[in-house]
Amino acid sequence: MSVFDGLRFRKVNSPIHNIDARVKFAYVIAIFVVAIIFYQIIPLLFLFFLQIPFVLLARVQRQWLRSLRGAAFLAAFIFIVNAGTDYFTSGYTLTAANVESAAGLTLRFVVLIESFSIFFLTTSPDHLGLALEESRVPYEFAFAFTTAVRFVPVLAEEAQTIMDAQKARGLELEKGSFLKKIRNYIPVLIPLIVSAIRRSLELAEAMESRAWGATKKRTNLYVLKLHKGDYALIAITIGILVGAVYVHFYVPIQTIVHLLQR
Amino acid sequence: MIVAEDVHFSYPNKVEALKGVSLTIKTGEFVAIMGQNGAGKSTFVKHFNGLLKPTLGKIIVDGVETTKTSVAALARNIGFVFQNPDHQLFSETVEEEIAFALKNFGFKPEVVEERVTWALNLLALTQYRKTSPFLLSGGERKRVALASVLAWDPQALILDEPTIGQDHMQKEILRQFIVQMQTQGKTVVIVTHDVEFVAECNPRVVLMREGKIVAEGVGNDILTNPDVLAESSIVLPQIAQIFTKLSQFGLPKNVIDIYEAEKIILKAKETKPLNERF
Repeated sequence: MSVFDGLRFRKVNSPIHNIDARVKFAYVIAIFVVAIIFYQIIPLLFLFFLQIPFVLLARVQRQWLRSLRGAAFLAAFIFIVNAGTDYFTSGYTLTAANVESAAGLTLRFVVLIESFSIFFLTTSPDHLGLALEESRVPYEFAFAFTTAVRFVPVLAEEAQTIMDAQKARGLELEKGSFLKKIRNYIPVLIPLIVSAIRRSLELAEAMESRAWGATKKRTNLYVLKLHKGDYALIAITIGILVGAVYVHFYVPIQTIVHLLQR
Repeated sequence: MIVAEDVHFSYPNKVEALKGVSLTIKTGEFVAIMGQNGAGKSTFVKHFNGLLKPTLGKIIVDGVETTKTSVAALARNIGFVFQNPDHQLFSETVEEEIAFALKNFGFKPEVVEERVTWALNLLALTQYRKTSPFLLSGGERKRVALASVLAWDPQALILDEPTIGQDHMQKEILRQFIVQMQTQGKTVVIVTHDVEFVAECNPRVVLMREGKIVAEGVGNDILTNPDVLAESSIVLPQIAQIFTKLSQFGLPKNVIDIYEAEKIILKAKETKPLNERF
């Protein structure tokens, strides 16, 4: 459950938390795009380190590290699959360049997780909903999205309770072969899904009885407005994008293997 | 026998839920653990079958320390019924639901069959044998959850909030059921807020507050002590409230269950007619 923990919003007063969710989202998308443009390890490392000041500024380093730790398994999987494919396709040899390209692809995934983690750790679901609404996303969708985000920790907690209940009935989740291990989770997943559906029906009734959707035009208590910090991040985002495009087209990127050989 | 020695427990988020709890529950005893929300009751009992391991101190179940064995091994002797049956029901039929734990513990197919029939019968669920547990009512689902634990006949039974969402009739059935377990020499531990239910059962009462045991003893002493109860936001059971008011007429204060109350009133009537007393 540590991945979820690394995405859970906690209220902290920091310059990053105060930035408009729309601007932050644009920043995350920019990082996303840049990470997809490059597959070489050096620019990806640069992207990785670029975000650490944001983490420190937002004072969420501990949760952020936890989200990375949670993603470690998937990252290892990506690395093994890529290195493995190279190994088999290149006639059962593994060169340093192969390892570097697999590491690059893994790092791309880590960078994506890193930026999403910063976004979710520092953006309250309420602000996110508001930002979606201001971006002309229909209120129903914005609401569904923020509710889903808000219920992630609730579901994580419930999953833990269900696991405890099944363990108390002698279920051993870690026992058996790989396939058996997956099957072991059925007694956890079914109650989790059933109770999520029950909960959503109850929520729908509770909302309707509080006149949800009674008027077409809703007003908001808070209205989003861009401030100094927001403009600064917009500038940084544009800078990153322009820089990335320039590097991509005009700067030949060396691999580490190549640099070491020289 | 379950022995807790100075148990401390902190959750990963650093919340200290237990701050040094020591308690001995003898085999065959009936104990009610009471206290406010967040007092640490559920956290404490989850240590008995090893779902949680103490950060400090130790829990010894039948001579074995819980840190040295698995939940599955402990669960064989300690049955734990969770508060919400929906957190465990997943099978297509009630029958399969009850067989789940038996299969986990490696019972032979014919024994599984026999135990399922026995458990269904015990909790009056035989007619729902082939029904989906999701189609049953709340009270019935709770019974299926209980049956699925009783099926492997554990030596001790832990019931977390067994009376929530149950009507009075079901509570009475549950009470009789616990009495029956007692006569078979089983240990029963209930975690509850339900002061009336505890008063009717009259078990040994353990009162917890902020991760510590604040009072412990027979129900007649603890559930009639307004000062101790007020600290834990528990109201006196109704019988105790009446007897507290009647104590000015020479009746005892520490009465909590109906049968005892009836006896005392009848006896009082013999010694001195009620119209003279009041």
